[in-house]
Amino acid sequence: MDTADTMPATARRAAEIAFVRAATEEPLPPPLTQSGAIGWIRENLFSTPLNIALTLVSIALIVWVMPPLIQYMFINAVWTGADRDACLVSIEHPVVGACWAFVRERFAYFIYGFYPISERWRVDAFLAMLVVGIVWLAWLRAPRRDIGAAYFFVVMPAVSYILLSGWPLIGLSKVETSFWGGLLVTVVVAAVGIVVSLPIGILLALGRRSQMPAVRLFSVIVIEFVRGVPLITVLFMASVMLPLFVPDTWSPDKLLRALVGVALFTSAYMAEVVRAGLQAIPKGQYEGAMAVGLGYWQMMRLIVLPQALRVTIPNIVNSYISLFKDTTLVFIVGIFDFLRTIEAARIDPKWATPTTSTTGYAFAAVFYFICCYLMSRYARNMEARLATGHKR
Amino acid sequence: MSAVGDHRPPRVSPLNDPRVRSIAYQVVLCAVILFLVWGAVDNAIDNLARARIASGFGFWNATAGFDISQTLIEYSTTSTYGRAFWVGLLNTLLVAAFGIVFATILGFMIGIMRLSRNFLVSRLAAGYVELIRNLPILLQLLFWYNAVLKALPELRDSILIPGGGFLNNRGLFLPQPVAEPGFDAVALAFVAGICGAVAYRIWARRRQQRTGAQAPVLMVALALVVGLPVVAFFAAGSPLEFVYPDRGRFNIRGGIEVLPEFVALLFGLVIYTAAFIAEAVRAGIMAVSHGQTEAAYSLGLRPGPALRLVVIPQAMRVIIPPLTNQYLNLTKNSSLAVAIGYPDLVQVFTGTVLNQTGQAVETVAITMAVYLTISLVTSLFMNWYNARIALVER
Repeated sequence: MDTADTMPATARRAAEIAFVRAATEEPLPPPLTQSGAIGWIRENLFSTPLNIALTLVSIALIVWVMPPLIQYMFINAVWTGADRDACLVSIEHPVVGACWAFVRERFAYFIYGFYPISERWRVDAFLAMLVVGIVWLAWLRAPRRDIGAAYFFVVMPAVSYILLSGWPLIGLSKVETSFWGGLLVTVVVAAVGIVVSLPIGILLALGRRSQMPAVRLFSVIVIEFVRGVPLITVLFMASVMLPLFVPDTWSPDKLLRALVGVALFTSAYMAEVVRAGLQAIPKGQYEGAMAVGLGYWQMMRLIVLPQALRVTIPNIVNSYISLFKDTTLVFIVGIFDFLRTIEAARIDPKWATPTTSTTGYAFAAVFYFICCYLMSRYARNMEARLATGHKR
Repeated sequence: MSAVGDHRPPRVSPLNDPRVRSIAYQVVLCAVILFLVWGAVDNAIDNLARARIASGFGFWNATAGFDISQTLIEYSTTSTYGRAFWVGLLNTLLVAAFGIVFATILGFMIGIMRLSRNFLVSRLAAGYVELIRNLPILLQLLFWYNAVLKALPELRDSILIPGGGFLNNRGLFLPQPVAEPGFDAVALAFVAGICGAVAYRIWARRRQQRTGAQAPVLMVALALVVGLPVVAFFAAGSPLEFVYPDRGRFNIRGGIEVLPEFVALLFGLVIYTAAFIAEAVRAGIMAVSHGQTEAAYSLGLRPGPALRLVVIPQAMRVIIPPLTNQYLNLTKNSSLAVAIGYPDLVQVFTGTVLNQTGQAVETVAITMAVYLTISLVTSLFMNWYNARIALVER
């Protein structure tokens, strides 16, 4: 044959010797006990005696907690009803779990508090505006995020204030803040904290790194003082001392006092977060900015802060999570936030049953968990995005 | 023609001189602050005079006239406000001290569980941390107090705790140890044991530096600190009597009564703070590079000593600063006692005393000063400690 003549000599010899393999044999699959589900279980759950014991204890714990929890929350739960009789032990319900009928009936109260029913569309509009603002700022590839920032930090607060508290001139009747309540108040406190704390925090952080001793001293005192005391004392200070410090005629209302306290507290923590970001900026950036002739504020606005804030986004979001959890403390100075409405509804005789309290707290827990968890996922994603810049 | 050698800086208008500007800014800032403070003080004097509220700290020695449910020191309704302050402060410190101890234990356990190679264990720990960290502490406290402790059985259906305790919706009742004559010997043995252990450790370290021989410090120290008092205890003829709580029809006599508020507050604080401590511990251990473990193994250390002598000392350096922060947070969060009625400093002083005297400025200022002192002392100590253990690099 032609082909045999054109082959190189070694290949021809290999073809003649039948027992030398020319192609690689396919590797055997690993043994069943080392791969797949069984291998994974052996490796992760039963590798050593200690591990076996730990696994068994964990399974026992899960079996002990989960089925009763699911039974209580879903299977034995009461979903419909008009008052407490639905959630009491009766012949139809020998075992009563969570009383979701209570949450359903009081849902509007949890959201709006005592806000007049005919005006509740204003609250809905405010919440919608807030969602638009948050999405615009949080979604990094949204168009015109600079307009978004202006909207979030300037336009939205002003419009919201007019919308919620009313302006008779344009036909919005006045609604006193004592009628505000529930989710509305929680969101207002959190939003004011978020909107106010960032600019004040940046100013305090810059002050703390300033060359001027008086400015530095002032910033350090404010930051360390506020961070050294519990939020609840700051709220007490705002609610009982603030009215003393302003002229008698101002008499700031209860909600405003609490807002001042929360804003002051969050700003001090924000200042430390921003300071950490400022310290992460290499000195060359400052020197470069000065070398091209930028003044202090131009340098900060154009060179330093954009970089510093970018690296601190995860920490800023984390401090917003703390803020969101801390909004519950306004409860103690007598403001009807979300938790307070649940606390008030829970002891209402109309719904008082042995399971009402647990149901109310479970509902609150779900709400706070979802909000905080989403924020922490966002912070984690941002962290992962930012980390790629330093990968080699 | 100007001289060539003239190097004087060019003449700038004082408006553009950075030094002049900086001084001007600071003067303006100080003036604004002074004006605000003066305005506030002026208003306060005015408002206080109108409301006929006394000012100053004269109320400190006035009779308080209210009762406090938990007092660690002698206190009655005829005691002074100053006494009430100390009662509140001690209650705060009590819950903070217990909370710190338990939160550290639970936090380290959860943190190490999160790093376990066992899938279930690490997932359980991660679930705990995620769940607890994302719920407000106030919600957790209310849950423990109102939904768990208040839902406990009545007095007559009390849950029996092995060893002679009771748990019901009025609180936790435990046997009270009462020292009898001769117990001093046990206390003395305990002190002697601690001194002996410290001395032994110093000796063992000197010997190790001189000869390289290691001594079983932990075992000997345990034997001295625990064993010696136990021996003394039996040698003195068991001089300790337990007063068991005696359950009557309507109330319980004798024993230690732990308020349900205290139990709820402690539970809430420990569970909440432990989640944060667990994260600090995990981050600290992860921060020690794997090369350190490998290097320790290649030197011939077994996994136990490698962990104890190489990994943990380096991890502690990372763990301790956030750990102290969590201790401070726990102390500050204990002020949430006011929500469930545990008589801590804030509840007693900023709550009851403020309401009775109306002296808002003084009471809030004193309360803040206490927390501020605790924070500053702790952070001073931490700065000193950090400087001591910081890595000394080339």
